[in-house]
Amino acid sequence: MTQTQSEYEPSAIEHARRSFRIQRKRKSTLVAIASTLLFSLVVAIGLVSTPGWERVTESFFNIEVGIEAFPRILEGIWLNLRVLFFTTISVVVFGLLLALLRTLRNPVFFPLRLFAHGYVDFFRGLPLIIVLYIVGFGIPGLRLEWLGRIPVEVLGTVALTLTYSAYVSEVFRAGIESIHPSQRLAARSLGLSYGKSMRLVVLPQAIRRVAPPLMNDFVALQKDVGLISVLGAIDAVRGAQIEVATYANFTPYVLAGILFVLLAIPTVRFTDRISAKLAQREQSGSAL
Amino acid sequence: MTDIDWSKPRLRATGIRKNYDERVVLGGVDLEVYPGQIVALIGSSGSGKSTLLRCLNLIEQIDDGQIWLEDQDISAPEVDQDLVRQEIGLVFQSFNLFAHLSILDNITLALRHVQGKSKEEAESIALRWLDRIGLADKSHSYPDKLSGGQQQRTAIVRAVALNPKLLLLDEVTSALDPELVGEVLELIRDLKQSGTTIVMATHELSFARDVADWVIFLDKGVIAEEGEAVEFFRNPREARTKEFLARLSGR
Ligand SMILES: Nc1ncnc2c1ncn2[C@@H]1O[C@H](COP(=O)(O)OP(=O)(O)O)[C@@H](O)[C@H]1O
Ligand SMILES: [Mg+2]
Repeated sequence: MTQTQSEYEPSAIEHARRSFRIQRKRKSTLVAIASTLLFSLVVAIGLVSTPGWERVTESFFNIEVGIEAFPRILEGIWLNLRVLFFTTISVVVFGLLLALLRTLRNPVFFPLRLFAHGYVDFFRGLPLIIVLYIVGFGIPGLRLEWLGRIPVEVLGTVALTLTYSAYVSEVFRAGIESIHPSQRLAARSLGLSYGKSMRLVVLPQAIRRVAPPLMNDFVALQKDVGLISVLGAIDAVRGAQIEVATYANFTPYVLAGILFVLLAIPTVRFTDRISAKLAQREQSGSAL
Repeated sequence: MTDIDWSKPRLRATGIRKNYDERVVLGGVDLEVYPGQIVALIGSSGSGKSTLLRCLNLIEQIDDGQIWLEDQDISAPEVDQDLVRQEIGLVFQSFNLFAHLSILDNITLALRHVQGKSKEEAESIALRWLDRIGLADKSHSYPDKLSGGQQQRTAIVRAVALNPKLLLLDEVTSALDPELVGEVLELIRDLKQSGTTIVMATHELSFARDVADWVIFLDKGVIAEEGEAVEFFRNPREARTKEFLARLSGR
């Protein structure tokens, strides 16, 4: 039986090295904490001593107004969450479809590839707010009887999907192209069709690889759902706007903002976690 | 020597040509492989060995010639190529195991999704093969946790588990550390014993002499010389062959 690591007694030199490292780490941590505290203190004193500080706290951090406005904002954020849910699903589906179209090599599919290419260029360049206006006011403007009256949140979902699919398809495409051709070759040589080798071999690896940038786009979408308020949907932002008008006080905006941030934090943490895990798998020595 | 069924070739290729742009990589190759036969394909780097094997597996489209698998002309344009490929296994120099799948799932993937076998059936076939190569206890490991020799043996088994009519091996030991070559050659020897029909590109001349029945020497995309293995190595006729054999054994 060989000796296990826990039974092993390190040499005196290794002991000295270890205690030196621990001391150095402790010192760095103390310096970091002290400098952070000092910086925060300076900023805080600077803010409080400004001539308008009183007025700003009154109009942005008014507790009573916050409590009054809270229910409507909460109801609004529920709408944002529903829009987020449906947009995410349609963006994944549509984005993946666009990415697959762009990777088709057969000349037969040239027109489809060209369409996908043009689409991505167009919607990556067009500001989201303009897409929202065009979809939100343009589609109802067509007065298509058979469509009936489309709820604004649906129009918002469509607009967000149009823009975000363009971004997400590029992420998917980068992922697909990062998978070495030999993987697809091996799949095809076993008799898997193009579609099956994509679905069973290439995509699972590609999606794993681009999970961090995909999550990043999700975080961006999480706050951009607030833009549907420009169409008149009573979401958290619009709800806050109404309350601001009622109380002539900006606290509802701050409140809505805080809710959006709270919503984003779990996603951001989760993204960091999977990024770290992937990095750990891909390369050792990443601590350097 | 194991029994070779000489009544009808398993694979027959005639006048295979392949160009990349203006370069002629295969300049009309004829080939017959009989059931149970092991054919060794030798030749210097760039002579077209890999290209020939890829053409036979229909991964590359040939520019002229014909390929028959038993009675079927598999070079005909209306042929379902995916169906043909599962009958002709191809194993690469660089293993190419699926990185996101366990060893077991690497083997079951095509059994399930090409041959339509149930998960249980596919796994029992895969486990039988893994047992045979002594990797049953690694069935849930991922490829990057295996040695090169273990990966390559898994890749070979992944192809033979589909019970192909023909197995093509493209320099399967060339990317391995010298001490790992033996275990892969051992598996090929074992497959020969059980009657697998194999065409293998290789630089392992002594192995080719021991195990192959027929040797083909490819030079600049054409067959420069071929013959029964023992005779081929003992008595090469062409000057080019002699030079090649001398160069390789002199390494
Ligand atoms: N996809 C390709 N495109 C262009 N040339 C290629 C391609 N594949 C192989 N070749 C060329 O064909 C020749 C034969 O290559 P190959 O079949 O790999 O030879 P071998 O396997 O005997 O070393 C080489 O000169 C190589 O450069
Ligand atoms: Mg080669």
